[in-house]
Formats: sequence, structure tokens, C-alpha cells
Amino acid sequence: MTRLKGLQELFKRYRRPGDIVFAWVFLLFSLFLLSQLGTQAPWKSGGKTFTQPAFWPTISIIIMAGFAALHLLSSALSPRILGRWAEVWAWVRSVEYAGWFMAYVFIVPQLGYLGTTIIFAVLLALRAGYRDRRTFLAMALTGIAIVVLFKSLLQVKIPGGAIYEFLPTALRSFMLTYF
Amino acid sequence: MDVLTSAVTLLMDWQVLLALLIGSIGGVIIGAIPGVGAAVAIAILLPATFALPPLVGLVMLLGIYGSSMYGGALPAVLINTPGTAVNALTTYDGYPMTQRGEARRAVALAYSASFFGGIFSILCLMLLAPLLAKIAPHFGSREIFLAALLGIILVVLAHRGQIFAAGMLAAFGIFLQTVGLEPITYSRQFTFGQTWLTSGVDLIVVVLGLFALSQAFLLLTQPDESPEMVSIEGSMLSGLKELWLYKRVATVASSLGVLMGMIPGVGEFTAQFMSYTYAQKTSKTPELFGKGAPEGLIASEAANNAVPGAAMIPLLALGIPGEALTAMMLSVFYVHNVIPGPQLFQNDMPFVMALYLALLVLNMIVLAFLMVSTNRLTKMIELPTRLIGVTILLLGFVGVYSLRNSITDCAIAAGFGVFGVILKRLNLPIVPIILGMVLGGIMETKLRSAMPRVKDPLDMIERPIAMIIFVMILLVIALHIRTLVKEARNPPRDVDTDIHPTQQGQ
Repeated sequence: MTRLKGLQELFKRYRRPGDIVFAWVFLLFSLFLLSQLGTQAPWKSGGKTFTQPAFWPTISIIIMAGFAALHLLSSALSPRILGRWAEVWAWVRSVEYAGWFMAYVFIVPQLGYLGTTIIFAVLLALRAGYRDRRTFLAMALTGIAIVVLFKSLLQVKIPGGAIYEFLPTALRSFMLTYF
Repeated sequence: MDVLTSAVTLLMDWQVLLALLIGSIGGVIIGAIPGVGAAVAIAILLPATFALPPLVGLVMLLGIYGSSMYGGALPAVLINTPGTAVNALTTYDGYPMTQRGEARRAVALAYSASFFGGIFSILCLMLLAPLLAKIAPHFGSREIFLAALLGIILVVLAHRGQIFAAGMLAAFGIFLQTVGLEPITYSRQFTFGQTWLTSGVDLIVVVLGLFALSQAFLLLTQPDESPEMVSIEGSMLSGLKELWLYKRVATVASSLGVLMGMIPGVGEFTAQFMSYTYAQKTSKTPELFGKGAPEGLIASEAANNAVPGAAMIPLLALGIPGEALTAMMLSVFYVHNVIPGPQLFQNDMPFVMALYLALLVLNMIVLAFLMVSTNRLTKMIELPTRLIGVTILLLGFVGVYSLRNSITDCAIAAGFGVFGVILKRLNLPIVPIILGMVLGGIMETKLRSAMPRVKDPLDMIERPIAMIIFVMILLVIALHIRTLVKEARNPPRDVDTDIHPTQQGQ
């Protein structure tokens, strides 16, 4: 029987450090949404309850707030797991890469998809701690492969870079179409 | 027979065949690399498939969906790290077999069991299709509303130990899809006067943020890993012969996979859990389970591979996705104005059959591919995780930006990426948010269209199928309460707080 129990536990999710911080933030967010119901999704006079436009936002936010309160309660009543703030710091660290992503988004329309992708592939490899030329080359080739696959072959809609305007006419239209 | 001929004709297009080949082989490779699951790959490729004809796009995604678990079994068996979340159970018996020096046998058995599960489920579905075509039209708005409600309840209850979190995240998903301009009275909901919120929060943007970008951020913030692999000598065909000895376990596991795959919100984990328990209970050597029992490996792999085919049933017949991957595929249907539901089953059976045939061919391609390239695949697993993170980040951009060239979408996706990191690190589930968004939308429209015929609440369940689903909802809740009472009397010990492979990359 012990083995079966072990198996059940494999599929069960347990609390991790920092759970209570998340529980508080999510509850406060739910309560904020709840307080905005009257202005952001007002109940219209007349009409059936279920066809009200505000019906689903109201129901979902009430359920959200209810479960968030229960989640916080269960988290608060459980034994404390050490390492709460270290965990929160790990979340904050991921914001840096969201920044990299947004920088990539802003630079593509300027430098063009091909150039930006190669630059970012190499820069991010550098940021990830790699210092050898082979890795940089491999990442630059990965960047080229991504652009060729999606822009040149699959013709995914990504606008050409502003920098392409400085190219000779024939090359410009080629670059705009394929890279 | 006519239906089958038309389906074969649909499939015999070079574009479809190429998509099938790329999808299935790509899926195996993606599945084999730990940290990149089918969800990440499908999320990234989703917008790219919008430009393709519906069958081509769907077949490619289906290829990835159906084949990733084959690939995921390889690192699960060889290095005790599941390639995709659903291969976690495979590590239980697969890795001890490798430690005993039986790596080839374990990999061959995993492939064979996966193949058996895949083929078994598709044959079941092909036989079931005419019956489904008869039942599906009896599903009106009320029935579909109740089925979607059942799906939401099941997805919340399926997250054992995190029900409150799953509930709040599912409700958050339902809320997200209500943000923006409301289509009936054109009133703005929860836009806070911001124009960028008027068009609402797109499902694909959320999916890309929560699955792809979060995985990229997670891999980039974690220490680099580059597992050492061993190569495997010898033929893989022996697995098929050995599987014959365990055909009972394989058949039951596949049947459970089909059954669980059909019920929205349940999926692979429950199927695996039930089939593994069955295999252990009926085994002559139950003490070997967890120490390298072939039956355990077979139960796990046959069950998880039987699910993708079965999961297509609620998606195609009712338009209800049972888990995140089928939820993503639903958007491909919508983009092409092919609305899955009873009408599709009734009017376009060849299309449905073509999808099933594609799944059948996919399993054969994958098995043939694995027979010859397992050793080359093991090299893929050795890729450093941080560089994989960089690649996912770059690919995530294609997914989000190509949707409508919107920087706002990218910012929302990046926000959800960070949110996804928090959820993954906290062991909290992501799937309820996606299913909340999709099923919430379905519930909203179906309830609205059902209203003119519902005078009092009992009218909701006056028809037999509606009544059956309603009873199922009550039963599911009652069974859950029973489990809670049992657990309260006998609380679990040795609670651990580690991140488990079952929570990663979902």
C-alpha cells in the first residue's frame, strides 16, 4: 500500500516557499477587481440575470476572490517553509528577461528581423554565461535558421526594418520580403 | 467506406503529408529535449499555422501533440528526467531498468507501448465515429454549457492538493476572457479607460506568455544543465515482441487512456495513475513496481499515448477542449472558421476521419523514425538548457508578434511570462487559466443562447443528455468530498516541497 501512496503523491502538488506572498498578492488583486465591479462592469437594469454582460465578470471575480481567500487561509495555516524572500527574488530576476524580450520587440522594426535576431541570440548567450566563439557561432546560426524558417519560408507577418530603407532598391525589396 | 475514401483523398495532398512529417518528427525531437514540451512548441507555431490551410495546420500541430510523448520517454528512461510532464511516471520503472543495464530493453518497450496506445486509441475512435456522429447532434446549447461546466469542475478537482489555487486560476481565466468590448451591448468591461484593453486579452498571447516565454525565462534564470547521455546499442524491434507478453496491461492502459482522454479536464495523469495502479494490483510481482517493472513502464506509456487521439473527441464533436493543447488547437479551427461541434461531425465526417488517419500515420512515422535515430536523438538531450531558453525566447517573439504586429500583445505576453515563472516555481497549475478562458467563453455563449428556452432552472436539465451530465457533475463533487473526508481521517505524511517533473513545462 505504501507504494501506491507514493504514486499518488507524485501527482499531487505541494506548497513551495513564497506561496503566502503570492496568495496575498492574488487575494488583494481579486479584491481590487471586486471593488471595481460597479464601475467597470455595471449591472444593467432590466434583462435576465444570465444574459447580463456583467454576469460572467461578476461570477468569475467572486469565485476568484473566494478561492483566493481560501488559498491564503490554507497557506497561512500550514507550517512556514523557509526561503520566502529568496523565492520572491527569483521571480523578480525573471523580469530582466522580460526586459530583454521587450527590447527585442522594439528593435526588430528598426534593425530588421534578421539582424536583430542574430544580435540577440549572441547577446543572450553572452548573458547566459557563455564566452566561447563556438557557442556564439552556433547561436548566430540558430538565429538565421529561425528567420529563414519563419520569415523566408513560412512568410510570417513581421515588418521589415527601418534600416532597410538605406539599401539599394533591388536588395531592399528582397530584404523586405524575405528577412 | 465513402467517408474513408474521401478522408484518404484529403490526406493525400503533399502539403498535408509534409506537415505530418514535420510535425511528427519535430514533435519527437521537441519532446526529447527536457524543458521544451509540446505545449511550448504548439504555442510558438500556432500563429504560423494560421496562414496554412486548416487541415495542414491542424495536422502539423496534431503531429507535435501525438509524437512528443514518444520523444519524452527517452530522457525519462535514460537520465531519469522526463522530456515532457506526462513522461514523469515512465521514470519510475524506466530509469531503474537503465541502471540495471537494460536501457535498450526499456526504451524499446516504451516506444512499443506508446505505439500500441496510440494505434489502439485511434482504432477505437474510428469505430466510435459513426456512433458519435449520431449522438453529437443531441448536444444543444444546454448540454454543451453543462459539459463545459463539468470540464471546469474536473480541471479544478484534478489538481489534487492545489484545489483552491486551481479554482482561483480557473476563475481568473474566465475573468480574462470577459475583459474588453462586450459583443452584445458593446459596453467596455474592465478596460479602466485604456484603449489597448478594448480588444481584450487574446488567448494565444496568454498561451505564449504562460507556456513559451515563462519557460524561456525559467530556463534562463536557473543554473545551466547539460545532461550526459549514454548511447543505446541494438535493435528496437524486440520491444514489440516483448510487448506481446504484456498485452493485457497495454490494452487496459490504452483503454483507460481513451476513456480519460475523452472526459474534458482529466487527461494523461489520471489515466496513467489508474493504469499504473491496475498494473500493479494485477501483477504477479507488484513489489518490483518502481524498481524497474516492465508492466509499470508499459502502463505509463500506453496510457499517455492513448490520450491525444481521445482528446480530439470532445474537441471535434462538442467543441470542448479537455486540456491546454486541444484548447490551443481550437483557435486554429476558429481562425479558419471551421467551428468544431455537432455540425462538424454531422456534415464533414471526411475531415474528422482525415484527422484520425493522420494520427494513425503519425504513429507509424514516429516509430520508424525512432527505430533508426534514437542515438542521434540522445545528442539533442545534451543541449544546454540556458541556450534552449534563449532559443525559446527568440521563437516566442515570432509567435506573439506575427499575430497582429502589436507591441501591446508582446508586453502582455511578457507579463504573463513572468506570471508563468511564478506559477511554475510555486508548483501552481497553468492549465486552469487556459481552460478557464476557453471554457468560460463557451459557457458564456452557450448559456446565452440556451436562455430563450429556459423558463425555470429545471428546464436546463429536462433533456436526457443534459440530465446525465448534471448527474455526473453532482457525482464528481460528491466523490471529491468523499476523498476529502478520507484524507482528513488519514492525513498524508512526508509532505515534500520540491518541484516535481509533473509540474514542469505544462
